[in-house]
Amino acid sequence: MSPAPLRLVVDDERAVRPRPGASVPVVESEAQLRSLLRGLAGVDAVGAEARAAKLATRSLKRETKRAAIDLALSMVDLTTLEGADTPGRVASLCAKARRPDPEEPDTPAVAAVCVYPDLVATARAHLAGSDVRVASVATAFPSGRASRAVKLLDVADAVAAGADEVDMVIDRGAFLSGRLGEVFDEVVAVREACGPAHLKVILEVGELVTYDNVRRASWLAMLAGADFIKTSTGKVAVNATLPTTLVMLEAARDFAESTGRLVGVKAAGGIRTTKEALRYLVVVNETAGSAWLDPALFRFGASSLVNDLLLQRRKQRSGAYARPDRISVD
Amino acid sequence: MSERLDVRKTYKLLVGGAFPRSESGRSYEVLDAKGRFLANAAQASRKDVRDAVVAARSAQRAWWSLTPYNRGQVLYRLAEMAEARAGELAEQVGRAEGTRAAEARAAVGRSIDRLVWYAGWCDKVAQVLGGQNPVAGPYFNFSVPVPSGVVGVLADQASSLEAFVDAVAAPLATGNAVVALASEARPIPAALIGEMSATSDLVPGALNVLTGRTGEVAPVLASHEDVDGLDLAGVDDGFAGELAALASETVTRVLRGADPQDRGLKRLRAFVETSTVWHTIGQ
Repeated sequence: MSPAPLRLVVDDERAVRPRPGASVPVVESEAQLRSLLRGLAGVDAVGAEARAAKLATRSLKRETKRAAIDLALSMVDLTTLEGADTPGRVASLCAKARRPDPEEPDTPAVAAVCVYPDLVATARAHLAGSDVRVASVATAFPSGRASRAVKLLDVADAVAAGADEVDMVIDRGAFLSGRLGEVFDEVVAVREACGPAHLKVILEVGELVTYDNVRRASWLAMLAGADFIKTSTGKVAVNATLPTTLVMLEAARDFAESTGRLVGVKAAGGIRTTKEALRYLVVVNETAGSAWLDPALFRFGASSLVNDLLLQRRKQRSGAYARPDRISVD
Repeated sequence: MSERLDVRKTYKLLVGGAFPRSESGRSYEVLDAKGRFLANAAQASRKDVRDAVVAARSAQRAWWSLTPYNRGQVLYRLAEMAEARAGELAEQVGRAEGTRAAEARAAVGRSIDRLVWYAGWCDKVAQVLGGQNPVAGPYFNFSVPVPSGVVGVLADQASSLEAFVDAVAAPLATGNAVVALASEARPIPAALIGEMSATSDLVPGALNVLTGRTGEVAPVLASHEDVDGLDLAGVDDGFAGELAALASETVTRVLRGADPQDRGLKRLRAFVETSTVWHTIGQ
């Protein structure tokens, strides 16, 4: 018995409707980019937080909850980004990505496995024949403090090893000190180096200080050709939060309406429980619309979240609370 | 001088060292033995059980990693706390059970003595339940009692304090963490023991006390896969059978029919497992 897919009972009033003839503006100069980003309306911080808190009180029950858990699982980028990573660890993570819960064969596979560039080839080999994609962080992740040439080499290396998706970090120092052109050019250059691979641009919202900066950085990344905008590296004190993700989803929605191009959003870092993940899905649906309820447009960057999703999934099936050590610990 | 306002107390749950109201927001009226209103108590839901088991699971490692001597000191301190509030306990036991003051005081005294008794057992269980096994080779072979893990306790319905203390102190003494469901009609003495445990240096989460409807909460606790042991003292035989069947899904150890008056080691033995260790003989 597989649960019915999530669907809206009424017409999606929030569905994105691009304006006729909408297209992505061509950025020709730093001055033009600056005026474009300055022209964005400021974020009502109190309002964004209140809205996120309000949406977090929504409760999903029964079939909806079952469908949402499966959807959340299929949106996970199963991530391991540790200095202690080994090919063996990546191999076991890939096995888990393909079949998260071997005792429940109908459990959906996750969206991707996310590793450092030197382990991309390992992941590629272990994911052969499955739909799970290989994502790789690059551009001197997580700090991004390296010369452009080194960053581009890092990207080329990951793509050559078989990465389907590349997660780059923006230069927060340059962004915060107003050198927007530099950040923009770098994203464009990385976009080119990616070739056919999808580009996710990590804004590192924990270092951007204000919601206004988050909105501007989101637009900058989307204008420069990002396929996804991603909240954070997971390596700093403040990672994805519901309000910042809401601001980024608003940016993606507004961008889609004014340009006709749909850009995905990835919330990464600190999302550990099913309850939190479902709150994100509610915010996605209520902010960007149901089109984003798809692994092609929304992702979770997480590792321990998968185990909690599996526990809750088992709980929904059997009615009894599940035992954490019956699921692979990674 | 203005009259003081009443300071009325609602008895809360004890989960992970904190005193939350039920996640469901519900409470229920607790009546004394004569049917008069006594207090409101939180009415635990299935999600409170879930939270309590999660808290117990993480606390169990910390509780078991203390030295046995230290665990004994902590349980003894719980007895100290109970001794200091013996008057309050006696009043609540008397009102809940409808016994005379002297009888209630005697029951409190026995409960505190029982705590001290279990405190003393903490560093003696290993000698009594474990031992060295004879082997034909140049090595030692030891049997060591280790805790089952998380133990669910459905406390006795009639004896509000004495049986409760007996049922929770025994698994604590052997290094288990406990999720206890107090007597449905007489939960207040158990809730007071929970309050005292918070000031006796017990690892937060090692003892969790829930109050509420036994019929609603017990099946959730029994079927929870992460519960390793279940004491069914507080439910009648028919219901205990159903709960034991639920618990059997995950091979949970079940204790039925333990008598709080029994001075034997039945409760201490109930939730330990034997770990066998080999060790070379050093020169």
